[in-house]
Amino acid sequence: MSALVDYDDAVRRYDPVLGIEVHVELGTRTKMFDGAEQSFGAEPNTQVTPVSLGLPGALPAVNGTAVEYAVRIGLAMNCQIATSCRFARKNYFYPDVPKNFQTSQYDEPIASGGWVDVELEDGTVFRVLIERAHMEEDAGKNTHVGGEGGRIHGADYSLVDYNRAGVPLVEIVTKPIEGAGDRAPEVARAYVQTLRDMFRALGVSEARMERGNVRADVNVSLRPSPDAPLGTRTETKNVNSFRAVERAVRHEISRQAAVLDAGEVVVQETRHWHEDRAVTSPGRIKSDAEDYRYFPEPDLVPIVPDPAWVEQIRASLPELPAARRRRLATEWGYADAEMRDVVNAGAVELIEATVAAGVTPAAARKWWMGELARTAKDRDTELDALPITPAQIGQLQHLVDDGTLTDKLARQVLEGVLSGEGDPEQVVAARGLAVVSDDGPLLEAIDAALAAQPDIAAKIRSGNLGPVGAIIGAVMKATRGQADAARVRELVVERVTNT
Amino acid sequence: MDDLVRMSATALADALTSRHVSSVEATQAHLARIAAVDPAVHAYLHVCGDDALATAAAVDQARAAGDDLHPLAGVPIAVKDVVVTRGVPTTAGSRILQGWVPPYDATLVTRIKAAGLPILGKTNMDEFAMGSSTEHSGYGDTHNPWDLDRIPGGSGGGSAAAVGAYEAPLAIGTDTGGSIRQPAAVTGTVGAKPTYGSVSRYGLIALASSLDQAGPVTRTVLDAARLHELIGGHDPLDSTSLAEPVPDLVAAARRGATGDLAGLRVGVVTELGGEGYQPGVLARFGEALDLLTDAGAQVVEVSCPHFEYALAAYYLILPAEASSNLAKFDGMRYGLRVEPADGPVTAERVMAATRGQGFGDEVKRRIILGTYALSAGYYDAYYGSAQKVRTLIQRDFAAAFTRADVLVSPTAPTTAFRLGEKLDDPLSMYLNDVATIPANLAGVPGISVPAGLGDDGLPVGFQVLAPVRADDRLYRVGAALEAALETRWGGPLLAQAPELEVAQ
Repeated sequence: MSALVDYDDAVRRYDPVLGIEVHVELGTRTKMFDGAEQSFGAEPNTQVTPVSLGLPGALPAVNGTAVEYAVRIGLAMNCQIATSCRFARKNYFYPDVPKNFQTSQYDEPIASGGWVDVELEDGTVFRVLIERAHMEEDAGKNTHVGGEGGRIHGADYSLVDYNRAGVPLVEIVTKPIEGAGDRAPEVARAYVQTLRDMFRALGVSEARMERGNVRADVNVSLRPSPDAPLGTRTETKNVNSFRAVERAVRHEISRQAAVLDAGEVVVQETRHWHEDRAVTSPGRIKSDAEDYRYFPEPDLVPIVPDPAWVEQIRASLPELPAARRRRLATEWGYADAEMRDVVNAGAVELIEATVAAGVTPAAARKWWMGELARTAKDRDTELDALPITPAQIGQLQHLVDDGTLTDKLARQVLEGVLSGEGDPEQVVAARGLAVVSDDGPLLEAIDAALAAQPDIAAKIRSGNLGPVGAIIGAVMKATRGQADAARVRELVVERVTNT
Repeated sequence: MDDLVRMSATALADALTSRHVSSVEATQAHLARIAAVDPAVHAYLHVCGDDALATAAAVDQARAAGDDLHPLAGVPIAVKDVVVTRGVPTTAGSRILQGWVPPYDATLVTRIKAAGLPILGKTNMDEFAMGSSTEHSGYGDTHNPWDLDRIPGGSGGGSAAAVGAYEAPLAIGTDTGGSIRQPAAVTGTVGAKPTYGSVSRYGLIALASSLDQAGPVTRTVLDAARLHELIGGHDPLDSTSLAEPVPDLVAAARRGATGDLAGLRVGVVTELGGEGYQPGVLARFGEALDLLTDAGAQVVEVSCPHFEYALAAYYLILPAEASSNLAKFDGMRYGLRVEPADGPVTAERVMAATRGQGFGDEVKRRIILGTYALSAGYYDAYYGSAQKVRTLIQRDFAAAFTRADVLVSPTAPTTAFRLGEKLDDPLSMYLNDVATIPANLAGVPGISVPAGLGDDGLPVGFQVLAPVRADDRLYRVGAALEAALETRWGGPLLAQAPELEVAQ
């Protein structure tokens, strides 16, 4: 294997072009072409019918909800919805494909020609052009037993679970993504993430990457300059996390640059991504292109979406994530950079719920992007995985606003909530953390502190208020932090002046 | 008992309704007939006597209880082995499905069961319905009841022979290019291919999805109308199923049987006759036309110029679809599984070994043809061109049906040939279907009714074709011709068939 070229060097000398295919499993109750239910994690081969098993005589019938979801996706990506389209058979032999052909769409996709605006972390918006989106059925799932690393090669035997066979998929294919330059890996990641967020907003899929609801195939090619013809591409299959998408593109750019630098040619092939080693390795060679013998599926009549129905779907599309973010930033009065941080931290929904719980947008942002973001980072987890709810933040903020807690006390309460000690009010009660608002105990503590530190007391009495902090500190210590520091300062000054 | 098996389904149904006979008796009579003649005829691949008798007993009980029953309840039926039957072995005539017992019923079987018809068994056929003689069955030849040395037609030779040999009053066939009509013609029985989409294909083991259609195989036109009505109608499990209800076919048959065809325009298709057709076949066809004229029909000649290309288009479209439909038979999930004799046992090699051993030569021939026709670089020239021809044939039909209400032709160019005669000459075998194939390409319905005997004393069929959804016209014209001919013959044509030797 050729060595890798340093990434920065590679993108200085080569212009990367991407093409991304994203498959999303639709969250319909039943499968694409039959009445078998589909849900994650069922016992193998329990969600099957004669149709999903491809038994002799079985026939497909199109799931109308899946078509509606595909139309939603197409419309959300600004695509044209076909007035008539067909399914086709993609013929190939593999044990996880029960009919030995996949029912897909070939030359007549349901949606074509759209675009998706992708926002990068620094706020740059990159427009990805969409070639098409088409409907198809998923294959079953093979488990190879006895081989190395679950691969078929060297396996003793293989098991097939047909629960996934026939699950509805929409495949979204981009046009060549050009002009991303050195940000190509970032664009790829942001594109897949944007689609994931879009699928969720549209309600067409749970879109959980870790369950394989969303899978990406990433095509990468290099050319010497943007005006040169496209180079030979590789297709890295089944890259199934945002991070992996970014890293796989980055790796392929470095790898292909090395191949080209060595005067060799990039082999047109599918490649596998290895998360552990962060490299791709060759799979099937595609140059002797497989002949899938596509032809129109004779068991299904064409799909003819009624234009009025399509318009009805268009009118009922939910607000998409990007538009929503713009609206919320305005409503909340966040600067662009602030909103971007909130988005990147995955805090939009949390802040929205916190604001709904009666907290000002500014305070909500302070909690989630401050103390809680730090906690999440320390715990190496995501904000929405922290054991605290927006409602609890609302309660906490309320305690601060009514003077029960100082900011400092509030942080202690927060820590209590995060430790599973209950709601903020319960933590306050259990830990006895309310602000001491009675001057009596404070004056006692002040007198004690002045008496304990006569030098400082003398300085203060002489009008030098510099060391007053030491007295405040002692008082805070004595009251276990439950004093309001500003009030203590007032009282100290009063005390010294009056004696 | 012998009378019971010779009754038409309608007559038997009447006898059941009036309780002159029980379904158990009728079913037993047919099982006895099967036991007696099927060793010679070999119409059945599987006989399910116990199930049939259980259904018959249940129907008798229900009738005794005064339940509202389907008119055909209790009348036994045979089902072509290409139709999936729950719990009953289904092979489609192929070794590759040997031992497969389906876990579900085809929609038409569900309807048959719901109506209370005892299923006697599954009938022999050319493997996956590929053939015109039933010689391509993986389980031996079926013999023509008129002459046991001759073919019973195909692919549904088993269903036609079963009905012709009185081993069942009714049978189900499937017709992709003539597999109901041509066997009917050569066995002196009635067979109808409904309008594409009017009988559900759910549970038919697909040969060519865009051409396949199930239909009735019977001894009378009225019986065919009754069975067609029973199995027809919309099925949400078949996307190509028509939404419209089946027309009143029984009424059409009854109307036709009165012998009045006044005002009906009958189109003789120029391209379906002449060279290649036996003189006896053409003679019977001409006589039948005269009878239709006598009944008041107006005979016109119509030309369908693209029918000339129908056979060529058919032998591209059918293999193309079949190559894909038959891909599922790979030894991975059901049926035959063959491990390679030596070398590693990989999925790919098991698939190859299973298909190599499980498929017969004709099936392999068509899979290879179809795979080639769909290949990149050849698709447009073959599959694409064939689809264009198909459109032209549909236009020919549309034009012809502006001039005629029905089109007619001989069903097949020849009477039954001898077993083995054309086995090594596939092209000559394919020519048997030259008159039946256009209907499948256009989706129009067709029927074959007995027209008499050829010069060799073997049955000749008369084909009637009607526009899409106008299946009722088949039954009207078919019944009129049947009535006129039977008057002339003094009884059904099958009465002239030689008695089969009965096994002891």
